[in-house]
Amino acid sequence: MFPSAFEYYAPKTLDEVYGLLAQYGDEAKILAGGQSLLPMMKLRLAAPSVLIDIGSLGQLSSATETAEGLSMGALMRHKTIETSHWPHYPLLRETAPWIADPLVRNRGTIGGSLAHADPAADWGAALLALGASVQIESRDRIRHMALEEFFVDLYTTALEPQEVLTRIVIPVPATAATFARYLKLERKVGDFAVVGVAITVSLAIDGTVAQAGIGMAAMSGVPFAAHQTESLLVGRQLTPALIKEVSESASQEGDPESDRRGSAEYKRSMARVFVERGLSQILQQWESTQSA
Amino acid sequence: MAIEATETRPLGKAIKRKEDPRLVRGQGRYLDDIVLPGMLYMALARSPYAHARIKEIRLDQAYQVPGVKAILTGADLEKMNLSWMPTLAGDRQMVLATGKVLFQYQEVAAVVAESRAAAEDAVQLIEIDYEPLAPVVDPYAALKADAPLLREDRDQKDNHIFHWEVGDRKATDDALASSPVVVKEFIRMPRVHPAPVEPCGCIADYQKATGKLTWYVTSQAPHAHRTVLALVSGLPEHMIHVISPDIGGGFGNKVPVYPGYVCSVVMSLQLGRPVKWVETRTENIATTNFARDYHMTAEIGATQEGIVTALKVATIADHGAFDAAADPSKFPAGLFSIVTGSYDFPVAFAEVDGVYTNKAPGGVAYRCSFRVTEASYLIERVMNTLALKLNLDPAEIRRRNFIRSEQFPYQSPLGWTYDSGNYDATLNEALKLVDYEQLRKQQAERRAGGELVGIGISTFTEIVGAGPSNTFDILGIKMFDSCEIRIHPTGKAIARLGTRHQGQGHETTFAQVIADELGMTAADVLIEEGDTDTAPYGLGTYASRSTPTAGGAAALAARRIRQKAIQIAAHLLEVSPDDVEWNGEKFAAKGLESRAVGMSEVALAAYTNLPEGMEPGLEATYYYDPPNLTFPNGAYVAMVAIDRGTGEVKVERFVAVDDCGTVINPMVVDGQVHGGLTEGFGIAFMQEIAYDEDGNNLAPNFMEYLVPTAVEAPHWETGRTVTPSPHHPIGAKGVGESPNVGSPAAFVNAVVDALSPYGVTNVEIPLFPWKVWNVLKELGLTQ
Amino acid sequence: MESRKEDARRMVSVTINGEMRQGLAEPRTLLAYFIRETLGLTGTHVGCDTTSCGACTVLFDGEPVKSCTVLAVQADQHQIDTVEGLETDNVLHPLQQAFWDNHGLQCGFCTPGMLMTSVALLQKNPHPTESEIRHGISGNLCRCTGYVNIVKAITDASHKMQKEPAEV
Repeated sequence: MFPSAFEYYAPKTLDEVYGLLAQYGDEAKILAGGQSLLPMMKLRLAAPSVLIDIGSLGQLSSATETAEGLSMGALMRHKTIETSHWPHYPLLRETAPWIADPLVRNRGTIGGSLAHADPAADWGAALLALGASVQIESRDRIRHMALEEFFVDLYTTALEPQEVLTRIVIPVPATAATFARYLKLERKVGDFAVVGVAITVSLAIDGTVAQAGIGMAAMSGVPFAAHQTESLLVGRQLTPALIKEVSESASQEGDPESDRRGSAEYKRSMARVFVERGLSQILQQWESTQSA
Repeated sequence: MAIEATETRPLGKAIKRKEDPRLVRGQGRYLDDIVLPGMLYMALARSPYAHARIKEIRLDQAYQVPGVKAILTGADLEKMNLSWMPTLAGDRQMVLATGKVLFQYQEVAAVVAESRAAAEDAVQLIEIDYEPLAPVVDPYAALKADAPLLREDRDQKDNHIFHWEVGDRKATDDALASSPVVVKEFIRMPRVHPAPVEPCGCIADYQKATGKLTWYVTSQAPHAHRTVLALVSGLPEHMIHVISPDIGGGFGNKVPVYPGYVCSVVMSLQLGRPVKWVETRTENIATTNFARDYHMTAEIGATQEGIVTALKVATIADHGAFDAAADPSKFPAGLFSIVTGSYDFPVAFAEVDGVYTNKAPGGVAYRCSFRVTEASYLIERVMNTLALKLNLDPAEIRRRNFIRSEQFPYQSPLGWTYDSGNYDATLNEALKLVDYEQLRKQQAERRAGGELVGIGISTFTEIVGAGPSNTFDILGIKMFDSCEIRIHPTGKAIARLGTRHQGQGHETTFAQVIADELGMTAADVLIEEGDTDTAPYGLGTYASRSTPTAGGAAALAARRIRQKAIQIAAHLLEVSPDDVEWNGEKFAAKGLESRAVGMSEVALAAYTNLPEGMEPGLEATYYYDPPNLTFPNGAYVAMVAIDRGTGEVKVERFVAVDDCGTVINPMVVDGQVHGGLTEGFGIAFMQEIAYDEDGNNLAPNFMEYLVPTAVEAPHWETGRTVTPSPHHPIGAKGVGESPNVGSPAAFVNAVVDALSPYGVTNVEIPLFPWKVWNVLKELGLTQ
Repeated sequence: MESRKEDARRMVSVTINGEMRQGLAEPRTLLAYFIRETLGLTGTHVGCDTTSCGACTVLFDGEPVKSCTVLAVQADQHQIDTVEGLETDNVLHPLQQAFWDNHGLQCGFCTPGMLMTSVALLQKNPHPTESEIRHGISGNLCRCTGYVNIVKAITDASHKMQKEPAEV
């Protein structure tokens, strides 16, 4: 219940952060919202000897929207995203209310969640569906990386000890007619996903799918985008038959494990059901906008 | 809307709770809020293994941590003859492990330090070498001849703890053999934990100068704990002062004595300083008393018309490493023999075998009278199977078998005398509230549309209020309870009881009982519980016993006050006591109703103007030994829909009609019902302490031990019938636990009902979505 | 070793319930314990070790958070509100009054956290639906009430606060 002792720094600039990272290397952990790290430290599952609290880096807590896309600071809290209005990126607002519980969302950050790299976390699935990339900075360089490459393994990312995840960048969708759903099976509020499916679909004027993103949580050792399934959608008219076809396909992607939350077979089936339900809702929504 | 405590004739009214003004201000005083000068903190080192021999414990590193004052091991306790302590069930339990550990998270060493953080730091640095042994996790495996012996300390060299049986085995077998219809079902009630939001803890404060030990503890039974502590520690009982402060929920979890308690007392005795121990949530769930873990097989015999002829039950009870059940001593399986429920079985037989496994010890009565949830769940589930077998509506099978109201007092075949009930009326009220016919119609329509919709009924009978001294004791102490009332000169009163509430509202409800007897208002009666130096001896609050026992004592102590008061009133009214009558609010001179005096005049006179020769003062104490238990009952109806895609079950309606006899405060009763239903829902759908095959606890915290939030918890609809208990002084029966006892079967019966067209008669709880989905899959019903 | 430990502590200043308070805290001291033990405000409770129960909920710069999952040093120079600050001039906050009036509490252990969450909920959404309330309090566990009367109390308070706007 009481973390092991550590030294605490609250730098005011990224330069100071780099200095501390250079000094302490992998003894140090970066503290953002703390909603993943502190619980682990309380149970002493993590015991970093140095904590670098980046909470004072104001420039990382805001977002900029341009014609190219949306750039979100890594310190944006889940709650801020939940209550922001970005019509081009409906999946963000669909996903945020499913994260943890309302109190944790007030404190937890999107960057912290991604850096924790829990395979069942909701942002991973959603941002992969959105084709997001991350901006990683260190004293010597700034690099951009597709989120897919960022997730290396269970709780493991491509971040190096001297680096900081600073921004998440989402490209603007192919069309303005972008619809999204996040479907999650949780055993209760606050639970990680048994299975989570993030869907974003941009439709052309004629109703064909211009762009599709399907991200999955808890269906593998890392969150992943179901590319095969996405490609089945693109260029085709969204119909119940197509939805059935792609949901079958989606259930075959990934490599879920059997555990207390359900068998691999069950999880695959949930992925299928959620893709089918999500796309059907999107189809319905599109049809209602057409008739209106 | 609730009404103020200044209302006259408060019994039966929704009086606002007197405890709330401090609690809504955050000014309750819970255990961890108490800080004493010079206080030290304790933390425990625990075993990572379920079964292992301890080879060596090295403390040097741990002692290096700044602030560490002392470290205690089982070897130290052995020298004091304290390495084992008695359990309430008559077994014994290791305080700190010596020789070997028998469950994961078992207590191995205790560190006392200047701060909690330092104590935890030192715990991490205690080096313990273990030699892992083969764990026994499954209770059936534990009974096999070649199973590893867990309890080497016992003379008996197997893992069997006890065999207990009740009823007529032969007559039951004969009746089953000659019954035209027999149904049999294996029903498992998995291991759960009460998990109140406040964990357990204590502060032991031994003052060497006075020789007095003050022990602050999260205790549902402070007086019993003082006696146990006196017996275990050898301290004289009058030199132990137990204070049970505000308690953040108990549900049975705070009845037993835990190793951490004993260690903190030992440490305070040794160091002469106060020692606080507050368990973490993980420690709470993984080590303090669990509940259930009953594996039950039941057979019901019946006629073709569905009239029951016999009930036979065999049960394996998994107690973990030590039988730490908190049952009355003569009842190793508690009051499980209530298993014939609300039905008039001519014969019955039940047997229970207790088993040791490498799991945490227990089990307590979690929001129920001892093992009554298990019994109710079993009978209500198997009656459902009988209804399915005979193709009878579940309401109808119950009606045909209910104990009829004219049969009360009813002698059950397993030995109980049910006090009162009107089961048809309770069921009818529930069916009316839920509009059963309409519900069945809706179900048929939705089924036709391909939906999986089910309706479940549970009509349970509880047995609470342990209990009469001829039958019930804990370690020999009879299970009466008590109340002492003092009326002060200005007509205000303080009353102290042997119980200890944990949210049930005693500060209000017992004030209502007393005030109503004495023509006062609840505002004028201060209720105090939980301090053994001031309160009269009692056995505490659990098993819905407070109202049946201490509630009776409160009414009778008040009547004792009235007996004296009437003499004083006569003196004041200048008439003979025979000419004074109590009109419910005042003492009036017969035939002269304008001449009356109330309790405030009488109280003043008791100290200022007494009849010649009368002893001054106005006080009474009553130790109430109830003549019988009470038997609350209820009828619950649940409607559920199953998602064919995910296996999720949605509770769409839930109507609970309870009959707890006389209602003291309807608002409090409803609150108790809401809470109990929610815990019953948790047990049916989410809460389970599961272990892997190595004996690792898979749900030791709130991430994995799932308790419902406001989102999962269904909306509850409540109703009531009132059939007073004929023997209780005010006719009340107790209610806190009925909803937890009665509801799990209603949920499961509803899920089974949804699936019964496909041949399903049983599903195992908790009903996690994947588990329901597996059933759907097998039946080809998945989406 | 003792002196090194002493050095590790730092001064933490917070504005708590409108009052400036400060105290020493090790970096690892959780805000919940700083509030309870250093500042002596024991209304904020601790009920779990996994950021699940919400008994420790306080307002951090106006937002409800689980104070067991914030370091005291992170609260330095910030504004904290706890249950002790709800009452003004001996008058209960409408939510405190509504919890009392509607039997929205039993053992009272989760109540302070539940109240702080509700205060923020009604500030953001003065007229929540039952579903919004249930979701809004889903980070706070209660084992006694089954939530029915908590929902009722919050609804009741929302009606009363509409008539007489109250401040936190």
